[in-house]
Parts: sequence; C-alpha cells; structure tokens
Amino acid sequence: MASEKRDKEEEEVKTDDGSPKIKPRPIVQLGIFLVAHSPVFSVVFSAAGVLALLILPLLAKNTYISENALMPGSARSMLSNRDVSDGSKLVKDIKNYWLNHEGQVQKLIGKYMSDMGAEVYYQKFHPEGNQFHPLHFFSGPDSYTLLDNVSCASYGVNVAGIIRAPRGDGKESIVLVTPYDFINGGDYEALSLGITSTLFSLLARVTWLSKDIIWLVTDSRYGDYRPVAAWLTEYHSPSFKVSDLLKCGELNTADTFRRAGTVAAALVLKVDGRSERFEDTLSIYAEASNGQMPNLDLINVVNYLAVHRQGFYVKVEKVVSLLSSSWLKIIGEIFEAVGKLARTLNPDWNFGIPAADYLEGSATLASSLYSQALGIPTGPHGAFRDYQVDAITLKISPRFPPDSKTRQHDFFLRGARLLEGTIRSVNNLLEKFHQSFFLYLLTSPSKFISVGVYMIAFALLVAPLPMVAASLYIEGCKALTKSTDNPTENLKSWKWLDAAKQVFALHLLGFIVTLLPYFICQVPGQHSPRNRSIMWGTTSSSLLLITFAIIPGCSPFSSRHHGTNWAVLKSVTISAAFIGLCLMSIINFATAEIGALLLVPTCLMAQPIKPALRSRRIKSLLGAFCSMVLLTIGFPVMFFAISKGLFGEAVVGLSLGGEFWTWLESLWAWKSATYLYIGMVHLPCWLLCLCILFHPS
Amino acid sequence: MASLIRSWIPLLILQSFLVAIAFGSKEAEEFSEALLLKPLPDRKVLAHFHFENRAPPSNSHGRHHHLFPKAISQLVQKFRVKEMELSFTQGRWNHEHWGGFDPLSSMNAKPVGVELWAVFDVPQSQVDTSWKNLTHALSGLFCASINFLESSTSYAAPTWGFGTNSDKLRYGSLPREAVCTENLTPWLKLLPCRDKDGISALMNRPSVYRGFYHSQRLHLSTVESGQEGLGSGIVLEQTLTVVLQPETTSVETNMQPSWSLSSLFGRKVVGSCVLAKSSNVYLQLEGRLGHESKNVDTEIEAHKLWKNADFDLSLKPDRVLRESSSLLFIFDIDKSSDSEPFDLGLTWKLPSKWSCQQAPLQATRFLMGSGNERGAIAILLKATESQEKLPGRVVTDGRCTIKANIFQIFPWYVKVYYHTLQIFVDQQQKTDCEVLKKINVSPSTDKVSSGMLEMMLELPCEVKSAAISIEYDKGFLHIDEYPPDANQGFDIPSALISFPSHHASLDFQEELSKSPLLSSFKEKSLVRSYTEVLLVPLTTPDFSMPYNVITITCTIFALYFGSLLNVLRRRIGEEERFLKSQGKKTFGLKQLLSRLTAKIRGRPIEPPSSDSPAAQSSFLSSKLIFKIILVAGAAAAWQYFSTDN
Repeated sequence: MASEKRDKEEEEVKTDDGSPKIKPRPIVQLGIFLVAHSPVFSVVFSAAGVLALLILPLLAKNTYISENALMPGSARSMLSNRDVSDGSKLVKDIKNYWLNHEGQVQKLIGKYMSDMGAEVYYQKFHPEGNQFHPLHFFSGPDSYTLLDNVSCASYGVNVAGIIRAPRGDGKESIVLVTPYDFINGGDYEALSLGITSTLFSLLARVTWLSKDIIWLVTDSRYGDYRPVAAWLTEYHSPSFKVSDLLKCGELNTADTFRRAGTVAAALVLKVDGRSERFEDTLSIYAEASNGQMPNLDLINVVNYLAVHRQGFYVKVEKVVSLLSSSWLKIIGEIFEAVGKLARTLNPDWNFGIPAADYLEGSATLASSLYSQALGIPTGPHGAFRDYQVDAITLKISPRFPPDSKTRQHDFFLRGARLLEGTIRSVNNLLEKFHQSFFLYLLTSPSKFISVGVYMIAFALLVAPLPMVAASLYIEGCKALTKSTDNPTENLKSWKWLDAAKQVFALHLLGFIVTLLPYFICQVPGQHSPRNRSIMWGTTSSSLLLITFAIIPGCSPFSSRHHGTNWAVLKSVTISAAFIGLCLMSIINFATAEIGALLLVPTCLMAQPIKPALRSRRIKSLLGAFCSMVLLTIGFPVMFFAISKGLFGEAVVGLSLGGEFWTWLESLWAWKSATYLYIGMVHLPCWLLCLCILFHPS
Repeated sequence: MASLIRSWIPLLILQSFLVAIAFGSKEAEEFSEALLLKPLPDRKVLAHFHFENRAPPSNSHGRHHHLFPKAISQLVQKFRVKEMELSFTQGRWNHEHWGGFDPLSSMNAKPVGVELWAVFDVPQSQVDTSWKNLTHALSGLFCASINFLESSTSYAAPTWGFGTNSDKLRYGSLPREAVCTENLTPWLKLLPCRDKDGISALMNRPSVYRGFYHSQRLHLSTVESGQEGLGSGIVLEQTLTVVLQPETTSVETNMQPSWSLSSLFGRKVVGSCVLAKSSNVYLQLEGRLGHESKNVDTEIEAHKLWKNADFDLSLKPDRVLRESSSLLFIFDIDKSSDSEPFDLGLTWKLPSKWSCQQAPLQATRFLMGSGNERGAIAILLKATESQEKLPGRVVTDGRCTIKANIFQIFPWYVKVYYHTLQIFVDQQQKTDCEVLKKINVSPSTDKVSSGMLEMMLELPCEVKSAAISIEYDKGFLHIDEYPPDANQGFDIPSALISFPSHHASLDFQEELSKSPLLSSFKEKSLVRSYTEVLLVPLTTPDFSMPYNVITITCTIFALYFGSLLNVLRRRIGEEERFLKSQGKKTFGLKQLLSRLTAKIRGRPIEPPSSDSPAAQSSFLSSKLIFKIILVAGAAAAWQYFSTDN
C-alpha cells in the first residue's frame, strides 16, 4: 500500500512538480511538498477515490473461462427421459407422502438414492446456533461447542447419498446440496429434489466420473446454513466420543457416516418462487463469510452453461432501490456522454457504456460490495468456504406454477443438464481451482472487476490520511512550542505521547465495548433485543465517562491546560484510522472500502467547533457544520438506520436499538470481521473525532 | 548302409544327450491358465485370470528356458529376489459387496496405482541397492514409473506389520500411477501364448478397461531345491482381476443380469493355449446354494445344479465342486475349437440375493481438519455383520479378542506427531496399553526417508467400532519438488489393515485337482484390506514470486544506478545556467500541438521528444499551462466537430 502510494506521489511530481530550483533530495522534497499542500491533495485524492468507485462499472471486464481443462459445454448431455421420469416420480411420491403419511420423508429420499446405487446414510445434528465466544472469534470452523446435555426434543436429520466413481481413486468428491424442509416442505422445494434426483440417476450409471458425487439433502427446518455446517463439521472433524444424539429418534442412524475424500467443489441448488420474467431465472449467490469468494471460474462455468446451453436468465443480487435513483442515472448519463466523446476522439477508447447498463452494473456492484462487507454468507455455500471449498448457491425460479406437469419435464431436463455440465467440468479438473480470480466484485453475471482495479479506489481514499497526519503533526508541534515556553517540556519527539495515550485509551474502550455483548448475553433472564441494546448503550456510555474521568487528558470537557493540542490529537487519530483501515483491507476489502468512505471524510473534516463558532466566519462555520453532519452519519447506529432507509425499510425510535442489536448479533454469530472493525476501528475513531469536535481550544 | 548308420550314431548319441540335459530333472517347466468367473451381489461379474508359470529348480537349464519368461528369470538371478509382488490397479475394491474374507479378495484387492514389495536374498547391506536396481528394471519392463520408488523417501522396510516377517523386505507404492494398456501389454508378453490363444485371448482391451475394478498382479517366488549345486526354481503367478458390469436390457432392478463370455469381453475362447498344461474356466456361485442337497451323485441331481429354476448355464460343466457356502463349476476348454468356440453363459431366471463374506472389521481412512497448517489422519474400523460368525477369535486371559495390524507409510512432508495417537474403542477413549499390543514407529526424516507406523491392536470381540487418529503438520517442499503444474494435492499411500488371526481359504476338498488356482485358494492367506488413498493439499507457494522479486530488484537496481550516475554526471551550476537559458526560449507551439494531437489519437509521437528538463521547466509556468489547456480544448473541439461531419 505504502509503496504504491509513493509511486503515485512520484508520478505526481513528474508532471506537476518540476521547478528549476535545486533539489537536494527529491523524495524528501516531494514529501514536504505534499504535506505542505495537504488540504488540496486530500480533497483531490478523496474526490478521486469516490470517482474511482463510481467509475468501476465502466471498468468491468467480461468474464472468461480461464482454466482450459474445464471445457464447459463441450460434451453432449447424456441425460435421458428415463432419468427425468425418475426425478418426476420422486416429486410425485413426496407429494403423495404428504397426503398419506406423517414425517420421515428422509427415508423415502434415502430409498430412492440407494435404488439408484448410491451409498446412503442419515446424519443427525443439533440445530443450535453459533454461540458467540470472544476467544473463538477467528478460530477455525471446528470450534462448535458440543452441548453436554443433549435433548432429543429437536434435532435435524440430513440424508446423504454417495456415488462412487467407477474407476476413480476416491481422493476427491463433488457435493450437491438441496435444502429441503422435511416437515412442511413446499412444492417448489420438492422441485429441487426432482432436478437433483434426475441428475443423480444419470450420474449413477455414467462411466466418466473421476470424482465421487455426494448428494446431500439437508434438513432446512433449521435454516439453510446450519445443517450444511453440521454435516461439514462431521465430515471434517468428527468427534469420536460418544454422542447422545445417536440414541434419539426412530431413524436408524447407527450406520456410519461415509466420506468421499477431499471436497473439490460444491453446488447448492434451490428452487424458489415463481420467476417474474418470461424465462426461468437462475440467481447465483457466491459471497461467503468475510467477503471470501469462490473461484470465478466456477461462476463462469455455471453462467456459460445456463446462458448459452440451457437458456436461463442468469442474475446476481442487486440493490433494487438504486435502480430508480436519479442521481446515479445522471452520473451514468454523464459517463455515457464522456464515453461517446472519447470514442469520437479515438476509436480505441470505447470505455463508455449505456446509462442503463451503468445503472444496472452499479446496483449489482453495490450489492456485491455490501454482501462482501457484511461478511455474512449469502447462502449455505458459505459453510463450504470455511473448508477452502469453492461453492455457490444456484436459486432457480421456474416460470410455471409447481403443479404444472407438462412444464416440469422440460424444467427438470434443463436444470439437470445445467448441473450435469457443471459437474462434468469440475470433474475434468486435475488440479484445484486456481486459475481464475478469487478477489473480485461482480457487476453482472458475466462481468467482473478484479482486485487490481478496485483497489485503486481504496488506495486513493486512504492516501491523504498519512499526508494530513504529518502536516497536522508539524502544525501541532509548532503551536505547542509557541504556547509552552518551558524548554524542558519542549522535547519535540514526545509531543504525540499525550495524544497517543488518549487514542490508545479510546481504542481500549472500543475493545471492551466489542466484548460487552458477550457478557450481556450471559446476563440471566430473557431480554428483548431492545433491552439488551439499552443495556449495552448505558454500559458503554458509562464506561466512556469513567475513561474520561480517570484519564484527565482524554476528556473533551477537561480544562485547557490538561488537554492535548487538538492538531496532534487529530494527527494521531488519523494515523490510527489509517492503520486500522489498511489492516481491514487485508482481511475484508469491501468493509475497508465502505469504512473508508465513512471514516476518511469524518477524520479529515473533524475540527474544534468552539473556535469556529467564535470566529463566525462563513468558511469555518461551514466546516464545523460539515464535520458535525459527517459525525452524525458516521455513528454506527445512525449509519445503520440510514442504510436501512436506503434499502427501503425505515426504522425509527427505540425499535432501532433492537434492530441494531439483532444486526450486530448476526454479525458476531457469523464471525464477521466487520463486527471487529466497527468495534475496534470505527467506533474509537469516531469517538476521537467527537473529542476533537468538542475540543476546548 | 552301414556307413550311413555309423554316421548317424554319433548324431543320435548327441541328440539323446541333449534331451537328457534338457529333461534331466524330474520336473519340466509348467504353464497353466485358468479363468474364474464369479457373479457379485451388486449385479456385477468378477473375472479373475490366473496364469502360473513354474520353472523347477535345476542347474542344467543354465540360461535357457522353454516356457518361462527369460526377462523374469534374469531379474531373479540378477537381483537375487526371493519373493516379489507387483500390482497395477485402477478403481477401488468394494469390500462391502465384493467380499473381504476370501482368498480372492485378500490377494487381489490392491491399492490404487502401483504397489511393489520384494524380499531379497542378499546381505542386509545390499538390500537397498538391490531394491533400487529392481525398481529400475521393472520400470523398463512394465512401462511404468516404478523407478520413482527408488528414492528413499518413497519406500519403507516393514518389520512385521506387512504380514511377511523379514528384515530384507522393502515395500513401496505409487498411488498416482495411471494404469492402462501399456502396462498390460508387457505383462502379457510374459505369457507363452501372449494374448493370441487360450484364455488370455479374451482380454479385449476396451472391455477390460471399461470395468469397475482392474488389477493386474505379478507375483513371483523362488523355490529352494534344498539340494547342493542345484539352483532355485521360480514360480511366477500372473493374475488379472476385473470387475465388469454386464450390459442388461431388463428394467427390473432386483434381477441379476444374465451374461456370457462374449457379452462380457466381446470375444470367445476358441481353444486353449497349446503350451498350457491345464486350461480351465471356473464359475463360482456364492452364498445361497450351499444349503442344498449334499449328494450330487446322481446324474439328475448334477444336472439340476446347472440347469434349475434359478439359473441356467449354457454349457454343461465337466465337474462340480462344493465348499461350505459356494459351488464351483469347472469347464475344460480343450474341447473348444474355431467351429465350436467356448462361450459360457449364465442366465438368471429368478431374482436372487446373497452377500459376500466380509472381513471382521471394515476400515475407512480419512483426513480431519481443514486449512493449510495442521490436520489429522483417522482410521475408522467398523464391525461388519459377519464378524460374529468368523473363526479366528483368540481368547487370551479369558477375553475374546480380534487382532488387527495396521501398516501405514507417511511421506515425509506429512510430519506425524506420534505422541498424538488416540485410540477410541466404541466411542470411549482408551489408553495405549489397553488395546495396543505392539507398535513400531520409524519417524520420517525430511527429504531423506518416509515415516512408517506398524501397530497391532487387540480389540475385544464385541467391538462395534474403533477409531485411531493421529495428528500431523504439513511440511514445506523445496521448489523443485513441486509438480511442474498446479496440483490437486499430494497423496498419502493406502494403509494396510490385516488380521493376523484370520485366514481366508477356500477348500473344495478335491484331491484330484492339481489346478494351481484351486491350490492357491486352498492355501491359507492372511485377511487384509487396503484403505483409501488420501489427498493432502499442501501449501503451494506463489510461484510467480521469483518473477516479482526479479522485477523489484531490477527496478531498485535501475533506480539506484540511475540516480548514482545522475549524481556523478551532473554539474549543478552548469545545469542551472542551462535551464535559465532554456527558460527564455519560447516553447514551440506547433510542436506541442502536434504532440498533443498525436497523444490523443493514440499514435506515436512523430518528432523526437525534446529534453525532459526543458519540458518540465516550461510546464510549470502557469501561463503555459493555461495555454496548453486552451490549445488542447481547441484541438479537442476541432476534432469533435471535424469527425462529426
């Protein structure tokens, strides 16, 4: 990051700076130049950063199959009507089962699997959610704590069937997951079983398999994610100790949990709702925990086969509210005009795209960025990513009602062909997925932005931070030297120490506030999320007051002589924010990007409000107003409310606290690094900016 | 006439002398061929080709053989191989459905890829050298990369865990070796009739390799004559085991498919190999038939055996043998000819179901953990249904126990922590001394030797499941040890689970039969099963890193030397003067314009660029910048309107 910035600075000097004066050391001089003009540069860089973010949909490249071995669509589909009738029969049988019997659809599915020649087993699991434990935050996926007192009252049962590759060596496997609610499964859900059983019936008799195929029907009564995670835990890190769960229920699950080697890739198939379009719609979900993405080639293969072979309408998630926003439309039109102009100047410059495409692209990009930043997987495929398995969720919406028999045949045929092609491609792979990108943002199913491009926006955004920090530090030092005449206090190099103490104290506070929810959860008794958030809020603010009381230098309300110089404080704050953002960009880039969008202007604009009010000059008043507005937006709860409003759900009043608590709870339950970022980088920096705002200078 | 006779006599004497030399010993070289067919419970058919070639111990042969392949005898003589087994396998043996407690499976269920073990008859110090030479020789002989076993990191010297107790035993396996027809052809070349005649003519490559399991094995052992001055004899046993899926048209899923030799292999047997002493085809039917009437003396009863309500054989068997749970039909193929080829067929009339006898414990092995750092290898032993019925329980101190040997090689990049060995019996953790009877560990040395673990477990007879887990760290390979292309991971060879107190044998109680196949079945063989091959994904370094490093260092060098030269070359006072004089000059507007338009149009600049310091100095003056912007704007506008027209 730093070297890149330096490069940029160097470039800067070559074009702009070239004074004929004698330059003893160009780099030092450049540094001095940048620091001296830091306000201008910070505005330029920040604006460029935002512009670079807006320009990203223009820079998106078309996806391409990078790994030649995949060869999607080059083999003719071997799916026959017999396979499809197998699938239809299963769906019919399940429907009849609902009419006649109660429960135990698992057995029916298991019987179908074993009739096709698969090895079948049932796995029982506990639906208990992930418990937050501060020490287990970043530990591996095998840290699910086993409850000691197991109750047979609620447990889920997964059904899995394995087809062994006839001549394969059993070292690798491909997993197909279909979530199904065994108690009140819907008609659409049954269709996903139909597609997979159609495919399974084919795979059981083909000779080209080199990897074993596992079909996992998960018990989606307990959510989509948890059953898959439970199965994966059992697959990768089983406990050999005795489990009470085995004794529960009538299903004979004493049979062994079977495995089939390293999982090479996984596909989750869901059939959901009716398509609003004329074609059947296929939605691809790829984001796993902490913004991790599967290899782009997997998405490419599915997209290629779905669009060019099976005629699905493929889409990825987008922020719908952005599609109708007028300001984005205007920007899109401007870019379109600029693109047209550039094209007339030089026919090689064809970066312009129509405004509608831009709108679509930025809505998708925003959604991609948001889901990555949130750090919560967008589907059951997220569980696989924890084990370094590339996985995506395919959600198919048929264009017909679920009870239409005639359409069903065609639907099964096409769905199964899509999966067959994908599995065949993955089956061809002799190596792991490695050829294509792992770090990318999608702007449409067939367009992506690679890490090299989207990093620029972030680099530009954070570039002014060290510059401003340095300039403020110099400024602050000068002010301090002026104010204190005592030469002993004039140890120049230690001026930042007071400020650093304050920054450190507030970061420590942020750390404690981050851990507080765990202890609040331990408080006995049932509490609503609202009450819990109130508890959290009061504890945090009292802790803040205590901090201010104990450390005299910290408080914005302390007398002037004890307080540190605000410029030095701001300089250290900005440095801390810079370090925090850079660290976060390594862990989860999208979080850092959105965080930088919020934090960088807030930090840069923060200045004491008192002198501005005293001076009564328009410019300083405007600055104070801006910093106040930015600080208000920058408060996590406030930002949460605003973003909720953007997504079309307005939340007001005290219920906001409850919502916010639930949101944060979900963040830590999913072990999202965003939670840590909010608590340990954003909140302290925000508090520090608040301190600067009310600084008694 | 007399002279003629006289001249013949020496010739006759010479001839008789030669004959005496050739057939001087009591036994001659013998070759026999056999094919065993066996329907399997999961609607597949197992075909087991068995060829045996015996060279009796003799001195007189010298280096000459009639039937025995010369290549093998040279191999034995040169490397002084006492016993050796080489197997090429594709696919996995399904212990659940294809059996695990009969001689066929315990001898022919082999791990995926190539497995080689050999016992040498050389002094201890020369064993490794002999092994290395042997791997190279076999590599050339069988067109396979067996020579990779030469490296000391890929083989081990098991002491007792392998089943053969010898300190001159070496064992190695290559799980990644792809097995195909280029390995079969040299193997067939060792047969006297190759695949031109006899049973081996059935080996149609497409049908053999279409199967679900394919294992070609070569086992040779030397037989000591015991007499002074007489060399040792060699017994070469070549087997090919394939599991095929007969093509069926019937939709009914519980009906066993009917098949014939021609439908399985696409060929028929048109006669035996003339050099073979015996050539038979066996058909073994397992399970459900054992309980039928014991006396097969009458013709009708015998007829009932092969043509009954359940199934129908297309040919009349020459003999029928029975064992406790299976029937064996023997066919002699000598009678077949071109006009009347031998095409045995089996037609099922009723759905039938049976199960194969399984080994006392069924073993699976898998990797635990995720990520690139640590993991664990777990071996799960699960009691099979037939466990209670099996003989071979050992009662010690009033406790009934099952013994199980585990033999496992760890490549050095899997750094096993032997102290983390955990044993769970019936989901209860046991201390080592409770169940572990014997253990032998030889830790691996980085890049020098592989690790080896031999364990003897003594489990209670009523055990339902046992689990063994051992943790490991993943090592770092040297850059040239990685495969040239991106890889899926590295293999841990199969572990071997054997049950020293269980022996499988099939005794058909046929004194008359001298068939090598049946006698090999009669011998008690150790029950053993191989586990799956495991795939360990190792951390793959960023191979583009050297390139990046080169780029960065080159940049740094360029910057360093550039600035150094700059400092050395420059005369600052002189330069300043030059700059001042340059600054006075008006900048060529035309030149600038042409450069700008050229830049916009994406073409190379036509005139050579002027001195950069001059350009830079002129760039800075604000007037000029304004001028440039003005001109650029004008040029852009002009361009825009001119192209529109």
